[in-house]
Amino acid sequence: MGLNPFETVREDAALSPEVADEVKTSTCYMCACRCGIKVHMKSGKVRYIEGNPDHPVNRGVLCAKGSAGIMHQYSPAKLTKPLLRVGERGSGEFKEIEWDEALELATQWLGEVRQRDPGKLAFFTGRDQSQSLTGWWATKFGTHNFAAHGGFCSVNMAAGGLYTLGGAFWEFGEPDWEHTLYHMMFGVADDHDSNPIKLGLGTLKTREGTKFVSVNPVRTGYSAIADEWIGIRPGTDGLFVFAIIHELLRAEKVDWASLARYSNAPWLVIQEEGAADDGLFLRDEDGEPLVWCLEQGKAISANAAHMKPAFAGLREVNGRKVAPSFQLLAERYMSADYSPDAVAETTGIPAATIRRIAAELAETAFDKEIVIEQPWTDAWGRKHDKFVGRPVSFHAMRGISAHSNGFHTCRAIHILQALLGSVDVPGGWRYKAPFPKPVPPGPKPAMPKAEAGVPLDGPPLGFPRSPEDLIIDHLGDPLRIDKAYSWEHPLALHGLMHMVLHNAANQDPYGIDVLFMFMANMAWNSSMNIPETLGYFTKKDENGEYVIPKIIYSDAFWSETVPYCDLILPDTTYLERWDCISMLDRPISSAHGAGDAIRQPVVPLDRDVRAFQTVLLDLGARLGLPGMVNDDGSPKYPGGYPDYIVNHERSPGVGPLAGWRGKDGDKSGVGEVNPNQLDTYIAHGCHWHEELPLQLQYMKYANRDYLQYAADMHWMGEARPIIHQLYNEDLQRFRNAARGHGDRQPPEVHRERIETYFDPLPIWYQPFLEKQDGGEEFPIHALSQRPMHMYHSWGSQNAWLRQITNANKLHLHRDLAAKHDLVDDDWVWIENSRGRVKAQVRLVTGVNPDVVWTWNAIGKRKGAWGLDKDSPEFTKGFLLNHIITEMLLPEKGSPAYSNSDPVTGQAAWYDLRVRLVKCAPHEAGETEPMFEATAKRFTGQEGPLEYGKGLKGEDKGGKAELHDFIGQRGANAQNIPGIRKGRGNRVEEEA
Amino acid sequence: MTSLPAQPTAKKLGLVIDLDICVGCHACAVNCKEWNTSGKSAPLTDYDPYGKKPDGVWLNRIHTFETTDEQGRGQTVHFPRSCLHCEDAPCVTVCPTGASYKREEDGIVLVNEKTCIGCKLCSWACPYGAREYDENEGVMKKCTLCIDKIYNENLPEESRVPACVSTCPAGARSFGDLGDPDSEVSKLVAARQGYDLMPEQETKPVNKYLPPRPRQDGRDSDKAPRMLKHADESTDGAGLIARWVDKVLS
Repeated sequence: MGLNPFETVREDAALSPEVADEVKTSTCYMCACRCGIKVHMKSGKVRYIEGNPDHPVNRGVLCAKGSAGIMHQYSPAKLTKPLLRVGERGSGEFKEIEWDEALELATQWLGEVRQRDPGKLAFFTGRDQSQSLTGWWATKFGTHNFAAHGGFCSVNMAAGGLYTLGGAFWEFGEPDWEHTLYHMMFGVADDHDSNPIKLGLGTLKTREGTKFVSVNPVRTGYSAIADEWIGIRPGTDGLFVFAIIHELLRAEKVDWASLARYSNAPWLVIQEEGAADDGLFLRDEDGEPLVWCLEQGKAISANAAHMKPAFAGLREVNGRKVAPSFQLLAERYMSADYSPDAVAETTGIPAATIRRIAAELAETAFDKEIVIEQPWTDAWGRKHDKFVGRPVSFHAMRGISAHSNGFHTCRAIHILQALLGSVDVPGGWRYKAPFPKPVPPGPKPAMPKAEAGVPLDGPPLGFPRSPEDLIIDHLGDPLRIDKAYSWEHPLALHGLMHMVLHNAANQDPYGIDVLFMFMANMAWNSSMNIPETLGYFTKKDENGEYVIPKIIYSDAFWSETVPYCDLILPDTTYLERWDCISMLDRPISSAHGAGDAIRQPVVPLDRDVRAFQTVLLDLGARLGLPGMVNDDGSPKYPGGYPDYIVNHERSPGVGPLAGWRGKDGDKSGVGEVNPNQLDTYIAHGCHWHEELPLQLQYMKYANRDYLQYAADMHWMGEARPIIHQLYNEDLQRFRNAARGHGDRQPPEVHRERIETYFDPLPIWYQPFLEKQDGGEEFPIHALSQRPMHMYHSWGSQNAWLRQITNANKLHLHRDLAAKHDLVDDDWVWIENSRGRVKAQVRLVTGVNPDVVWTWNAIGKRKGAWGLDKDSPEFTKGFLLNHIITEMLLPEKGSPAYSNSDPVTGQAAWYDLRVRLVKCAPHEAGETEPMFEATAKRFTGQEGPLEYGKGLKGEDKGGKAELHDFIGQRGANAQNIPGIRKGRGNRVEEEA
Repeated sequence: MTSLPAQPTAKKLGLVIDLDICVGCHACAVNCKEWNTSGKSAPLTDYDPYGKKPDGVWLNRIHTFETTDEQGRGQTVHFPRSCLHCEDAPCVTVCPTGASYKREEDGIVLVNEKTCIGCKLCSWACPYGAREYDENEGVMKKCTLCIDKIYNENLPEESRVPACVSTCPAGARSFGDLGDPDSEVSKLVAARQGYDLMPEQETKPVNKYLPPRPRQDGRDSDKAPRMLKHADESTDGAGLIARWVDKVLS
């Protein structure tokens, strides 16, 4: 019927169309934040993904990545079948094979290595959320060469926190957003973690009388909404923190009571230069550290219920010269070297600003203390009638972590929190279960066996406390392929995935037989020095054989790494499989209580791929690994990963999921296997969360009832208080070894390094690469960060997200641009002594004038990710990784070290310094270096994409009543009369 | 030409966007895209989704730019932009077919794609650039305020808000009846001095933006903290340490 041109047609817009045939809950995996989602399915397709309002992590919100999950699911870059390489590595020539053949081949390769020397399997699992499975698998296989991606992510954060407070930022703790009045965020490359921080910052800023300070060379994202942005020089945060501590100490603005009871500040440290135990704590016969009690005039156990400890004074106790550790700390940071004036030039922060920030912190902590009237009992049985809060909180992430001085800087931030008394108090920074744990948590890394077919005695990753715990041989040389837990990187808790290819290709310390990787783009943006790294994949020996003989890789997409591997085990997407976000790994707990979650298959599989975790268990069974087979040799978990999630017990009663245990599902944490556990999770929105009673919610490190609960849940061995280790004795043990004490001492070449960097109190030094390759020749710091809409996200092939960002520019300050005669969109060479990268510039003012920065991992290699050949990701997207070396130059008298933190092995990819050279006119147009296209497996859509065209639902009629939705309703309700309490459009009924 | 409702609508549904806490994360834009690509204006076409010129139809876009205030203080601003559902919507009055219209019952401005001839006059008339032409379908598309979501009886109550609102991780977006001075959104706007975008255009936008709050950046002397007084001025702090030796501090 045609339209009547003389009459206006009134539209009757459909108000109640049918949305979904079915709505399923699950857990997002578009990044690492583990938000709860509700997936609306229509006609077998994903109609809509929204945040689950009842989920403790995201409370209904969902970020750009999560919302773009639909395009992740329908990406043309998805692998479809197992692949076996037929051409040269890098050519991308594969043949498709059946799963039986793939698994038989993998079993053969892995079986051979296990029967020869299981340690010759290097198993590195990238962005793995199933590390409690993969680590256990490595243990049973018998290889100590296992880690995930933490070495190039944030091990400095983890180690710095765990060796100081027994917890760390992000996964192990969070600011008390509801109560904090002053929040300071250090170096958070945008969006780590994602929704919880945005929720928190929004709450903080909407409440009255608060302040948010962002310390970051770049003013994007969170920094853009900060009350105060401090555009610090990269890598100098430690000095800034020292100067704040300097000011607080000089003014005696520290929480003496908290330090006396809950930190090792009063513990007595042996002060006898040259003694084997110099710098260690003086202990009584029971091994308890001692304090000098001023009231009793004698040394008593630091664990005594009542004490009035001295914070200073060199004394003689039991014939030993000792001083409280606080004195050592105070002497260091009160020194003129760390005054605001002394650090102003290096940090780029005016001394007056540092003094003011210190004053603001002190004022907020001590003059604005907040109180929660809730009786509780401490670990010594003393009753308290309230929780006293010092409402300052801190958060730090990659900007601190990815420097070669990051471990010490991170410790410094935690020490600052402890000095202010703001750890796990109302308004401070709070632990998330299962943290806090003892400092450090233990166990120690298991020693390699190098014996055919024998499992390790424990997990390959652990927490060394002294040189005896290192994974080294009798000469002191590394026994791990990545040199983790060696004298080069003694506290490499997360391994050094970034060094595996380099070391294996150079057979340093030895060659390996099989490299097995999962979900890590090591041939591209997850590696430093990509041009040479590609050569490590393809390096051949004199016989023409690959030096890394076999590479097995599991990924869901045709990434840059796939073409460089031999056997590809295609993974599913996160919407197609079972998963668990386990208390044994990195759960979804909040400061309010423990939580874990599952993923369930939401979208039916439409291709011949299998979930990596299920494949891993299958391989384990085929290999006959202990724990993965029954006595008769049959697979223990024939149902794959979901079977394991329900039925595996790590210790009696403790399994991957903590919720609804016991045969009737009525137990939490510890209980027998519940065969209906997954159904129960699904019935509860795929997550479990156990809110702590208020008296257990704060002061967890010394809260008797909490500690008992944590022990009952098997999160810690015994319910003992966890004392904050401002002064770290474990570090001193390594230093004493370097000073010539003990049976296990560093080889001569490493002695000075250990002596220098194993200082029991945080130190600051110029980052290594910057020192080697900086100076006047390369005066500019170069940083990269992921944009919020892609942070931690796996795959820029996403059809929606790439419309937001598909090429990256080098952002620089207008003043710096003027010096180089640059205007917007000019092309420049970004150069250092290792090479150069060509990029287009974008002029801004929100950046430290000595810093340039860009969005990371936008640039892609031609042929990868299912993108067409002229995609901007290939031609204008660039990576700084090409010129970030993974190896430092050897300095006089010492070997060449990796470009990593000397304590933890954290990849130091924020230490880059460069110079800029304007391109000649003929050089403009395309980024360099440009790599040859990998073979393309592009089956993507030509022409427009009309997703959703057939998914519009039929109008069912009806019109629901509307309710106002107020963003940050809770915080707004505090300030604005007439806005009711609650969340969003849910209003709390007035009592 | 198309008429607006004869009287200003009593109910004025719209958005309130808090620029103080918007971090520019694009969550609202993408969640809008995923709801609406199967919604009233389905599909929101993507041109060249995996190729050289990735672009497509988005009903909500985020712009990031820098400003400098009178005191030289720089600021990075994240600015979400979508249809403001104006009372005097020029996109409606300019429409030659009646396809562009404003609903009397709630003030939502919509496009009837059946009668849209793709002439683009409305996008020229809109001072905010808030309309999106679907080249593939030859019709104009725009923010519907998720009209197929906010009233939808097939959804649970908490989902009955525009997609951009329920998904916003910072809580920077609110939704409600801005025609009712007693509504919670109106109170929010009043308390936070919400403003009209480009009022000089006289379109009377319904959506309101909340300006960034004054920054507590230490430059306002009345908010200055009490500066810390050093208890000891010796260069190494030795005097202070000496004082602590015998002092009960805790």
